[in-house]
Amino acid sequence: MGERLETRRAKQALAVLLVSALAGAVLNACGGSSSGPPQLAFFVAIQPGGTIEATAERCTKEADGKYTIKPELLPNDASQAREQLVRRLGAKDSSIDIIGLDVILTSEFANAGWIAPWTGKEKEEASKDVFPSVLKTASFEGELYASPFNTNTQLLWYRKDLVPKPPETWDQMREVAEKLPEAGKIQVQAERYEGYTVWVNALIESAGTSILSGPEEVELEQVPTEEALEVIGRLAHSSAASPNLPTSNEDTARLAFEAGEAAFMTNYTFAFASAKENAPEINEQMGAAPFPKVNSNPAKPPLGGFNLAVSAYSEHQQQAFEAALCLSGEKSELTAVELDGLPPSHENLYTSKTVKKAYPGFAAVVREEVEAAGPRPVTPAYQDVTSAIQRALHPPESIPAENVEGKYDELKSDLEGAVKREGLL
Amino acid sequence: MEASAQRAETPAAQPGKASSRTKSERKLAWMLCAPAVIVMLAVTAYPILYAFVLSLQKLDLRFPEQTEFIGLANYGTVLSAELWWLDVWNTFVIMVISVAIELVLGMLIALVMHRAIFGRGTVRTTVLIPYGIITVVAAFAWQFAFASESGFVDNLPLIADEKNWFGGHISSLAVIIMAEIWKTTPFMALLLLAGLVTIPDELYEAARVDGASAWQRFVKITLPLMKPAILVAVLFRTLEASRVFDSIFIMTRGAQNTESVSILGFNQLINRLNLGLGSAVSVLIFVGVVLIAFVFIKGFGVKVEEGRPGG
Repeated sequence: MGERLETRRAKQALAVLLVSALAGAVLNACGGSSSGPPQLAFFVAIQPGGTIEATAERCTKEADGKYTIKPELLPNDASQAREQLVRRLGAKDSSIDIIGLDVILTSEFANAGWIAPWTGKEKEEASKDVFPSVLKTASFEGELYASPFNTNTQLLWYRKDLVPKPPETWDQMREVAEKLPEAGKIQVQAERYEGYTVWVNALIESAGTSILSGPEEVELEQVPTEEALEVIGRLAHSSAASPNLPTSNEDTARLAFEAGEAAFMTNYTFAFASAKENAPEINEQMGAAPFPKVNSNPAKPPLGGFNLAVSAYSEHQQQAFEAALCLSGEKSELTAVELDGLPPSHENLYTSKTVKKAYPGFAAVVREEVEAAGPRPVTPAYQDVTSAIQRALHPPESIPAENVEGKYDELKSDLEGAVKREGLL
Repeated sequence: MEASAQRAETPAAQPGKASSRTKSERKLAWMLCAPAVIVMLAVTAYPILYAFVLSLQKLDLRFPEQTEFIGLANYGTVLSAELWWLDVWNTFVIMVISVAIELVLGMLIALVMHRAIFGRGTVRTTVLIPYGIITVVAAFAWQFAFASESGFVDNLPLIADEKNWFGGHISSLAVIIMAEIWKTTPFMALLLLAGLVTIPDELYEAARVDGASAWQRFVKITLPLMKPAILVAVLFRTLEASRVFDSIFIMTRGAQNTESVSILGFNQLINRLNLGLGSAVSVLIFVGVVLIAFVFIKGFGVKVEEGRPGG
């Protein structure tokens, strides 16, 4: 009898527990809409310096009770962050309000109807003073789909103590590096990931052609494309290539540069602040030069960064537009450049003290690079295009130093399938 | 007691009654199974059927308005793609090498665990640790160990200082296979140990009296009596290895031609959001797994219930 009583008590206790857990879940789910200001979920890649948290906190305060912003941090790797977003948006998940959209994703997300277009007063405010090159990355078919937050570009970082004058072209740089008795390496990004597409695209753009001429048209003029591919092939087969070339990314590049193993590195602006903290003696010798050219055409450096979009499935769109404007506003951009070294997308900020302090002596170079940048292909099938590029051209050693016609044909035919989203990738 | 006595009486004496009893027992059996069957249908059969339906469509989440029924065209695309066969080959290589090495190592470990005189509990627990670690965590550990920037492996004697393990096809595959072996050998050892304990000691004693050497005892007694356990262990591991994903995803993401069919499916489904093509890949992987199980069960005569631990 006693035992039975105990079991009954245990069952009752369990039932109470279950009911309260359920009630808690229900209350939580309703909490956002029924009581208090709405909480806006801000899905964005993590920034190690704390930019996201700081701006979210400031904008919540400035909203003065209209809404609160809760950052949901995504992985730093562009493809992994995208995977998390598309899984939710593909299922029409309403738990996302504001999206920190990598510049390459605008057309895909806009075409799929996952993000809401910007109009009227908000559109005007979002595009004011923004670099035209950056504004293009936030637009699709003539409409603005996101408010530019930070932009990003790669510079040529070099060691002033080893190289008196920075080289202008990739070939010059390789020759200088090969002759250096020590630290004769060039650090780039050539792992099979988005960063490799960034490099390949910058080389093809600099050579004087483009990967695509329209969402479904491959351009790739033969002579300039082959010149671009030869740059990769020659570097991969040179003593100036780092031993980890096929697995190199932004982070391995800056680590090798900070360790004093490389005289040259193409990398984003964060590399300067990183070296200042980890390797002050290297940082003192760190020079910033424009991205190298492929031939006589002007260099077209990579363009990265984030634009803030509002989810089409958000239940608080009006507040989300307002919050996105605050999060991407000039104040937030100054926070980003101060805490994480991210370049602002507003032209007028480049004369500010904060930017000049973050980029001592090279704020003007950053600005010129953003203006001259060659953006990556704009197409809703971007994921297929970038996969095809990475598959065709990785590892970099697979590209010969000369006679790259075979590789060119492979790249072109793979891309022609990819823009139509055909075949396996 | 009463019940067993009754049961012993019934069959021969009253055949008519027995059949109605059998009927009611069968009914009871179905009722007892029903909850499990319903759950299995909901979580297994439904997704498989749904994947098959998806695989017959041109369906890309990025272009929802272009959805249409295209029959078996997706299967044609997959099976005619060089990439699919390349990935099938990679999966096969990883599967065969890792399972073969695991079988040998697992058998050695099982023998040690079985014969351990002292610290039996400690030995068995220690051996199981790798299997208890989450695959993704284990894969990261192996990646960090072999990475050319952070890894300690390049600092070991006899290994080139600047070897970039994930920079080449063979070396990347080797690390992936090693991680798989390290991770799942304990599972193999455990299944084999379960078979080992069922062999009565008297057989070994009799063989020893007849002058059989240790090797002869292993080959003539242990192996034949363990055949069901070995086949089940190999079957389970082969099925698991044919779907290898985590280690590759963490270490190379398929670069250096280390892609398995599961990674290929993931790329179509999650990366490209091409649900039609991706589902076709998934269905083909499922067919492959069924084929492997069929070959083992019909070809080698695996009796899953006999080889089960304690069976």
